[in-house]
Amino acid sequence: MSAAPHSLTNHPRNPGVPLQTDWFDAVAVNTSAAERRAATLTTRRTVKKEWQAAWLVNAVRCIDLTTLSGDDTDDRVARLCAKARHPIADHIMAGLGIDHLTTGAICVYPTMVPAAVKALAGSGIPVASVATGFPAGLMPLPLRLAEIRYSVDQGADEIDIVITRAHVLAGNWQALYDEMAQMREACGAAHMKAILATGELRTLRNVYHASMVAMQAGADFIKTSTGKEGVNATLPVSLVMVRALRDYGERTGFRIGFKPAGGMKTAKDALAWQILMKEELGMPWLQPDLFRIGASSMLGDIERQLEHYVTGRYAASSRHALA
Amino acid sequence: MPTVSQILTTMDYGPAPEASGDVVKWLKGHGPFGHYINGAFAKAATAFPVENPATGEVIAEVGQGSAADVAAAVAAARAALPGWSALPGHARAKWLYAIARTIQKRERFLAVLEVLDNGKPIRETRDIDVPLVARHFYHHAGWAEMLAEEFPGAGPVGVCGQIIPWNFPLLMLAWKIAPALAAGNTVVLKPAEYTPLTALAFAEICAEVGLPKGVVNIVTGDGDTGAALVAAPVDKIAFTGSTEVGRIIRAATAGTGKKLTLELGGKSPFVVFADADLDGAVEGVVDAIWFNQGQVCCAGSRILVEESVATVLTAKLQARLATLRVGDPLDKSTDVGAIVHPVQLARINDLVAQGQAEGAVLHQAECALPAKGSFFAPGFFTNVAPANVVAEVEIFGPVATLTTFRTLDEAVELANNTRYGLAASIWSENVNLCLDVASKVKAGVVWINSTNIFDAGAGFGGYRESGFGREGGREGMWEYLKLPEPKGRAEAAPKPLNTAPVVQAPRKGEPAIDRTAKLHIGGAQKRPDSGYSYAVMGRGGLSGLAGLGNRKDIRNAVEAAHKAGGWGKATGHNRAQVLYYIGENLSARAVEFTARLREAGVSAASAEVETAIRRCFFYAAQADKFDGAVHATKSAHVTLAMPEPYGVMGIACPNGAPLLGFLSLVLPAIAMGNRVVAVPSQNQPLAVTDLYQVFDTSDLPGGVVNIVTGVRDELTRTLADHDDVAAVWYAGGADGAAMVEKASAGNMKVTWAVAPRDWSGADGQGREFLRRATQVKNIWVPYGE
Repeated sequence: MSAAPHSLTNHPRNPGVPLQTDWFDAVAVNTSAAERRAATLTTRRTVKKEWQAAWLVNAVRCIDLTTLSGDDTDDRVARLCAKARHPIADHIMAGLGIDHLTTGAICVYPTMVPAAVKALAGSGIPVASVATGFPAGLMPLPLRLAEIRYSVDQGADEIDIVITRAHVLAGNWQALYDEMAQMREACGAAHMKAILATGELRTLRNVYHASMVAMQAGADFIKTSTGKEGVNATLPVSLVMVRALRDYGERTGFRIGFKPAGGMKTAKDALAWQILMKEELGMPWLQPDLFRIGASSMLGDIERQLEHYVTGRYAASSRHALA
Repeated sequence: MPTVSQILTTMDYGPAPEASGDVVKWLKGHGPFGHYINGAFAKAATAFPVENPATGEVIAEVGQGSAADVAAAVAAARAALPGWSALPGHARAKWLYAIARTIQKRERFLAVLEVLDNGKPIRETRDIDVPLVARHFYHHAGWAEMLAEEFPGAGPVGVCGQIIPWNFPLLMLAWKIAPALAAGNTVVLKPAEYTPLTALAFAEICAEVGLPKGVVNIVTGDGDTGAALVAAPVDKIAFTGSTEVGRIIRAATAGTGKKLTLELGGKSPFVVFADADLDGAVEGVVDAIWFNQGQVCCAGSRILVEESVATVLTAKLQARLATLRVGDPLDKSTDVGAIVHPVQLARINDLVAQGQAEGAVLHQAECALPAKGSFFAPGFFTNVAPANVVAEVEIFGPVATLTTFRTLDEAVELANNTRYGLAASIWSENVNLCLDVASKVKAGVVWINSTNIFDAGAGFGGYRESGFGREGGREGMWEYLKLPEPKGRAEAAPKPLNTAPVVQAPRKGEPAIDRTAKLHIGGAQKRPDSGYSYAVMGRGGLSGLAGLGNRKDIRNAVEAAHKAGGWGKATGHNRAQVLYYIGENLSARAVEFTARLREAGVSAASAEVETAIRRCFFYAAQADKFDGAVHATKSAHVTLAMPEPYGVMGIACPNGAPLLGFLSLVLPAIAMGNRVVAVPSQNQPLAVTDLYQVFDTSDLPGGVVNIVTGVRDELTRTLADHDDVAAVWYAGGADGAAMVEKASAGNMKVTWAVAPRDWSGADGQGREFLRRATQVKNIWVPYGE
């Protein structure tokens, strides 16, 4: 059977709605309660044996395999794309009974998009580009919008934008909304994934508010982090964001995707976030059109765990292809 | 077995069974379990089967404890007591530490055994029950170490009979045994009939660490075994279980001198205000009523939600029900396991059916239940009339009720509209509101924006018919300690009262102006309902007439006391001022009171008045100083232990020390904010009726102290029977004390049979009186932003 990535157009695209602060003004988020729920999510659920293997395979389908370093080169990106096309070694694939598997996408800087597009040609794997002055997002707005258009021109299918944290910290929702609405317009047919940089928003209430504004402004995905903040994806933050997108869905009928990113390195993390998605949102949010994991080293750990499942022996990463 | 590819299309969790082979082997290797008495397993004469509630299979046979077994266990505990209690605290600490360590080393064994015996999910036994058990023994190893420094003068109660329920078998054992051993007591524990196995495993751990024989004895059996333990010559009974059985135990131990703590049922409110984190509150409900199959005495089983968010919360709860996993408790992904026993399942089914018949609408998880075993799909009721059976009766199953309220006042009224008072959970982002409700709710444990959080360092226990006594923390240690008995002669029975005219020799000259000693109710002097007075005979014949109070006067006095609720909310400083003022005005009239006492036959009359004035000052001083604590429990939680007044107390004063006896009991009670209905010395009440004027001139609000003169034990009986009196102190003879304790079972009010003592000496005052005048409320406030 083939575990190919899902099309990104399974669901009607979120057109956004006018800014409505009453959708979040009255919503409370109690940090202690959120932390308690997050802490017990993974103690209440577990997957073993075949199920664990399948859930890890599913995580691979949902990974946005990422390189966002100052020393990225075309060759480096090409190597990453090769891993995205072929994330798990053949003998493990055979042991799992799977003939085709790719990651959810590749995620790179705008100038690396052409290399990625070239390397992924014919694979069906989307190319995601960060933009808008990633990671701080403090470039002038016209330049940020121009960067989006540049990336789209270069062939990016998805644009991971960053929000202006200052607008959240100041409660300037209109400014936040307007800016993101323009970004969404600049994305055109490319999907917009809004990075909230939650580690810099400080409170879970801010996270909820920013999530709601991003969706109202037309985000296709909301994403936790750039990977460059002091604190990146955590389960409590993710819990609050998926609750926000559930609330948005109940109000509008549109399904928004979720992408945790940064700091998730292990197969165990991959299971934890999938449990969160299944418990809080259900099966549709375990598919790559509504769920992505922004990670790089996680894939290697998953590959080792899957090899253990297939062979019964603990694996060494030196025997797996580098990303 | 589905393939990986197939699973990818469903993304099911799949089975994740916890292995139970080691535990099953242990069970099979035992044959019928005997009782653990005097450090060895004794063969039981008759045995009964223990079933795994998830399968209905018999997994063990345990002994049915007879009265003889109980007697042997009590004798072993009695024999072990001198040695154990004489050990230095450090030695007892080492034993408790060894038990804690061994429990940790056997954590998964115990967790699996608890699942097989009780039916609760492995997630709970592994992550909650067993870690709390170990924590409890560690914590109390510490109390053993510090006992002499922290509780100077106090010693163990003696041999403790402990009877525990089936909902948290090993945890309740820990809550009972750890503090008892720390304080130097020895114990005989009877686990619940349905769930005796972890107690027997614990007995093996006692043997494994080499605990001295007889310190811990475990006798298994049913209610008859429990009754035999209650009747046995023990010094204390500690019981956790139903209010129904607690009432029987209260009556059975009345007058025996056995110390008693009772942790009973509840119907705890779970109050959700409109500004709460509603998703957080939904998870709170999961942890409240869908935890341990709802078989939790402190479960938030009455959801009270502000009208404006009721629809949203109801929808969220319905959605959440759909993701609960009900089934095999050994599966690591199970949320709701098996009901403990088919009998309990039948009770839940009956109550739920009755609730529906009475008009409540049941919302239940639509899940397939296992074909065998005792399972019940979790749910909640809406459209619940206040008088519906499911609104009042503890279901002890995974079913809550949901009711709406409009205002904060209504929320508090609904929260307190129950005979119970174990716990409360309050959800709001407004800390002022949360603490306001926490202060008003009648419950021993209050969780703010959380629920069912436990720690050995905090006290747990109820108000009202949820019982009395605390387990955990410093307040819990007091339940297993006693102070030396005061020395005093037992009181002679008061002389009968004479309501007929007493003919006196004619007086010479003009009479003094006649004074009428009436009753003092609600701040006013009232004639007795009976229309009778009785003669108070002094040294020189008739001292005067006192009103003959009756049950209607008591009723009126209790009502007046309830109306004076503001006294409990006044600051300690305000109350101190009034008490100082009473001392000041008493001092101004010292000559008059001395004469009155002399007339009443008190030999050291002047000294008694002086001591009474000092006592006013002592309790005035304490009024703003006998305060609570912040317990060290979990990280990012403030756990406030607040001593609160009971509310309305009845106080039956000693017949001797007519002024000092009264003030020694009434002053500490009102210093802590209680309102009092007091019955003064039966034969010499006039020193107390003279106090009315002192009270009136000392700014004591009306209704705080109500005084009814008359036949003490008759009046006290009415107080002890009264369902709206929260506590009764009785300072009379043994028969009267037994009567009070027996009658108190009606509403499980707290009683204190005050031992006879020299009221003018050191035994006449102290912190013990203040501790007896208060109940500790633990308020959990998590923090973090």
